[in-house]
Amino acid sequence: MHTLTRKEKPKESHMRIELTVNGAEHTLDIEPRTTLLDCLRDHLGLTGAHAGCEHGVCGACTVLVDGVAVRSCLMFSPQAEGAAITTIEGVTPGPGELSPVQDAFCETHGMQCGYCTPAMVLVAHALLADNPEPTREQIVEAISGNICRCTGYAQIVEAIALAAERIRGANRPPELRK
Amino acid sequence: MSEARHRYVSSDRRVREDRRFVVGKGKFVADIDLPNTKHIALVTCPHAAARIKSIDKRAALNMPGVHYVVDGRELAEATLPLMTGLDTPNVPRRPLAVDVARYSGEWVAAVVANTRAQAEDAAEAIDVSYEPLPFVLDAEQAIAPGAVLVHQAHGSNVLLDKTFVWGDVDKDFKDSPRKLSLRVKWARSSTVPIETFGVVTTWDPWREILDVYASIQMPRYADQIGAALKIPSSSVRVHYDVDVGGSYGVKRGIKNTVLAGYLARRLGVPIRLIEDRLENMRGGDAHGPERLFDVEVAFDDNGVVRSMKMRALENLGAYAGRSPFQLGKPIGSIVGPYKIRSVQYRAIAVVTNKTTQDAVRGFGQGPTNLALERVIDEVANVLNLDPLEVRRRNLIRHEEFPYMIPSGTTYDSGDYHTVIDKVLADTNYAELKKERDRLRAEGKLAGIGIAACLEPSGGNATFEALLNPAITTSTFMDSCRIVVDGMGAITATMHTTSSGQGHETLVGTVIGEVLQIDPDTIRVARPDSLNSLPSGTPVGSRMAIMLGGAAFHAAQKLKAKLTAIAAHDLGIPPERAVYKDGNVFDRNAPQNKRTWADLVQIAHRNIHRMPDGCEPGLAVSHIYDVPTGGTLPTPDGRVQMYPCFAFEFHLILLSIDPDLGVPEIVRYRLGHDCGTQINPKIVRGMTMGGIAHGIGAALHEEFAYNDEGQLISQTFMDYLLPSSHEVPAIKIIDHETPSPHTVLGQKGSGESGYLGAPAAIANAVNDALKPLGVSINTLPLKVSKLGDLIAEARAKKGGK
Amino acid sequence: MLADDENARVIAGGQTLVPMMAMRLARPTQLIDITRIATLSYIRGDGDTVAIGATTRQCAVERDKLVATKLPLLAQAIPFIGYTATRARGTIGGSLANADPAAELSLIAVTLDATLSYRAGSKTADIPAQEFFVGPMTTALPSGACLTGVRFPVWPGKVGVGFHEVNARRSDFAFVSAAAQVELAGDGKAKRIAIGVGGIADCPFRLKSAEQQLRGTTLDPAKVNEAVRAALADVEALADLHASADYRRRVAATLAARAIADAHAHAQGKAQGKPHAH
Repeated sequence: MHTLTRKEKPKESHMRIELTVNGAEHTLDIEPRTTLLDCLRDHLGLTGAHAGCEHGVCGACTVLVDGVAVRSCLMFSPQAEGAAITTIEGVTPGPGELSPVQDAFCETHGMQCGYCTPAMVLVAHALLADNPEPTREQIVEAISGNICRCTGYAQIVEAIALAAERIRGANRPPELRK
Repeated sequence: MSEARHRYVSSDRRVREDRRFVVGKGKFVADIDLPNTKHIALVTCPHAAARIKSIDKRAALNMPGVHYVVDGRELAEATLPLMTGLDTPNVPRRPLAVDVARYSGEWVAAVVANTRAQAEDAAEAIDVSYEPLPFVLDAEQAIAPGAVLVHQAHGSNVLLDKTFVWGDVDKDFKDSPRKLSLRVKWARSSTVPIETFGVVTTWDPWREILDVYASIQMPRYADQIGAALKIPSSSVRVHYDVDVGGSYGVKRGIKNTVLAGYLARRLGVPIRLIEDRLENMRGGDAHGPERLFDVEVAFDDNGVVRSMKMRALENLGAYAGRSPFQLGKPIGSIVGPYKIRSVQYRAIAVVTNKTTQDAVRGFGQGPTNLALERVIDEVANVLNLDPLEVRRRNLIRHEEFPYMIPSGTTYDSGDYHTVIDKVLADTNYAELKKERDRLRAEGKLAGIGIAACLEPSGGNATFEALLNPAITTSTFMDSCRIVVDGMGAITATMHTTSSGQGHETLVGTVIGEVLQIDPDTIRVARPDSLNSLPSGTPVGSRMAIMLGGAAFHAAQKLKAKLTAIAAHDLGIPPERAVYKDGNVFDRNAPQNKRTWADLVQIAHRNIHRMPDGCEPGLAVSHIYDVPTGGTLPTPDGRVQMYPCFAFEFHLILLSIDPDLGVPEIVRYRLGHDCGTQINPKIVRGMTMGGIAHGIGAALHEEFAYNDEGQLISQTFMDYLLPSSHEVPAIKIIDHETPSPHTVLGQKGSGESGYLGAPAAIANAVNDALKPLGVSINTLPLKVSKLGDLIAEARAKKGGK
Repeated sequence: MLADDENARVIAGGQTLVPMMAMRLARPTQLIDITRIATLSYIRGDGDTVAIGATTRQCAVERDKLVATKLPLLAQAIPFIGYTATRARGTIGGSLANADPAAELSLIAVTLDATLSYRAGSKTADIPAQEFFVGPMTTALPSGACLTGVRFPVWPGKVGVGFHEVNARRSDFAFVSAAAQVELAGDGKAKRIAIGVGGIADCPFRLKSAEQQLRGTTLDPAKVNEAVRAALADVEALADLHASADYRRRVAATLAARAIADAHAHAQGKAQGKPHAH
């Protein structure tokens, strides 16, 4: 049997970067060509962001950078220095707990295979932070950069509308709540 | 209605799988992180066909992090060719091309390195010397005399050419006053999941086990791996608890797995091959049918269709696994929902220098439904009858079920006219026509599109025997095991992967229903292939029927055992013991009972209280065969194919901007009858997703090739998957005609929507074009194609 | 750095370059990230122009009030660039320097006679947009130079704008796009008119003969139609997987006419001047 005797070549020029992910600071030595997606998955163990096309169309790799949804496959890790990065792991309230958006996705079954789901949830979080009362058209627009092959989007749109309604309800003074 | 019949089945319950996905904790293959894993990148052929003269690996092997380069010859010496469906020994299929590459993108060599990036760097440094060869891309050219041969040794490009005649076609044609013929083309597209195919595999030489983690959805995966690698299938351990990021039929990466498995054994390290998007689109062998239909029908002046001749020419691409069988499955519903009494069907499958196909949602049914529904519309068109009325006249009536079609399959149940009536009660047909006419008056081209289609479900693979007499498979099983542990907790197992269909929810719901226990308290696990019972896997729209059936029967066995134990312990005859909510009581004295805890105590610890001959413990399993299965085709080519037939009725209004050719779906209604819905959220989701997928196939998606044989839609910028903007609001109107063959009356729904949407859209576009006197029967109905067609028609008419 | 290494590339938002690198179609040896140069990110009104720095994110322009009021045509076109998530990273300069024939920003720069500025070593210089785009993905930017900003002239008076594009999916590059800006004189006739089309040829271009014919007219729809069709009649249009050359030429005329009609109505105060994706 062939064994791995070849010596590891010296590392190519790595780069030391500091990233703030889900509120925690990380110092990493990485190849500068490492995308933010690969960095999150391979170096930080945050595997909720997924590779779909790696050319910026499908949106499965979406994370929030300073609260805004971006493609993590289209950013090199060093470009993310100084920004606040939020991944799906960062919006999950705690072990076994769901955010209102995550819970709404479960309520309407706004997914099937779950591959595009973390990205959809993050886009929904970003949308609702910006616009607590989105119309159907605004929801459709917000998720239009994220391809879901399973659902035809109907139950995703319903999930986001439901989450919006519930969050608005929760933020209402108690006497005005249903 | 359903509340009265069922406790959990058909109620609007959550899907248990969803909780892990919304927090990003699905376990997808790319999340499998074994220590010391090495990565594969592929060298692909840049030519449509080429002889491989030499492969120089030296530069690559000297690059940082690179461990190994394997080419096709080495792999071919060490492994057997991949399994094929037809007996075509001179068309061998292998993971890496051997001496000749037969399509652009075909894998020629594989590099193993510490990281994927290093492997890619090295793949670029491998110097392959090619001698380009002549090639053929078009199926009609491939069957023409003197055509370039894709596989010289086979002597022809035809892998299958079989004609079936069911009923007296000649007489029916002769006796019919009217005939018409139509050519319809289904473009090469596929399901294109957002997750590419991936596999991680590692070999333990001491235990002699190959562990396989893969985003797989395929029958007999472990068998095929073992056969190709020449190891016992009991040395292959497939981990079914890997979540699959979408499949819809196509995730069948056997060639990837054999390649990775070989390298894992050769190098003694875990090997990972996750296709990147280009590898997936070009060489992942995941394209779908590309089919040309010539359909001829004989009918009367009332539009009643008596007979049909259909010729289906399939462009398989360069190699074939099971893909030719996609011409066979539609035989089980070759007349759709219509009472066509005789049929001639010729199925031709040819190889060309395009990417290899695999199974796509519906397994050939979508293209066939398109051809059928286009021709029914044309019958209406030539008779100047309403297409809905023509369908009503031809549809099988509720009271005619069970109904045997000419090709020998008996449809289980249906109430097509009622489904249509329900849709029309929601959306007034006359009003819809008025809306269309209003749009036309505004200067738009507008059309109504109808499709009435069947979804054969339950997946019996008797088409294999029909197309390849060497195959005698009449069985297609699924299984479920239920174990109640010593603490009384219930664990059920299923024995395959899932790619979003909610199978764990299915199993929990069905067992909960039978045992009258909250499904959420039932653990559903997926053991690996070495600990599994047989499963036909989620193909053929079969899991609700087959896994649901297995779970139901296993739960019935458990219930019977609990009841027997209780009766014995209560000292009453078994028929007096009544099972309710997990407890068993005496019908004559309900206060005398044994609780769930009592029964667990007896079965696990008090064998002295068990009836004679009763196994200790509470473990049951059931292996379930396809209802109506067990027969092989007759010599004249008739066969009972699938057991159940769901019905979908699409009604849409579409408008086209005549100056731009841009279509817009204005209204979309679907009447859907898949019998009992075990989980309505799941059925609705799959149906909505199926329609979206169908919109893609109808309007946007195509694996297009240029004249040089290069795939020119290999990225998501050119292969256009519908986004939320391209999918209109859709209303689904449900109807429920239970199947008499299944445990709860359920039928399949994994292909629903997709099987009729392209037909409905094509019919709507053609209705819209009717005032211009032109028609189009080639998918996809792209904006530019429509725009040019309209402009040409207007120029001919002398309009603006 | 750029001058020393001919394989070095400037990266701004990376929304085009990174996919090219992922597919190994671009293999730069060094990447120079200019997005951290704060002085290149700005939107400034300067009398009769609005100046936008090269590294200004597209989403910032999309939300900017000055752009909305002074450059309504740019404001209309911006939402059609890619997706929300790519506009969050993508920059104005990155899109212009990439020079995709179908890019909305290139079309608007040409239509409005924008001026692009660059820096090469210590030298700075300007190029008019109509000279900047010289071919598909090709600009007149000298090698080793870095685009620094773009200035759009602001039209005074009764101005209206129109923007139309056709694609298969709304977020894709347009098969064809058309932009028009009209200024009406007191008598209702067109005092100034600019008409640009994109996606049809190697670079976006102006329909100059149509502009000439329509200036000083009431923009009668039949005349507009005739003028734009004539202006496009001899254009050699691109053909690809998505659209034929005939389609592009024909539809460019249709969209140009619609954009002019929208701009006209907008200038008359009749319509909001909403852009149209088809």
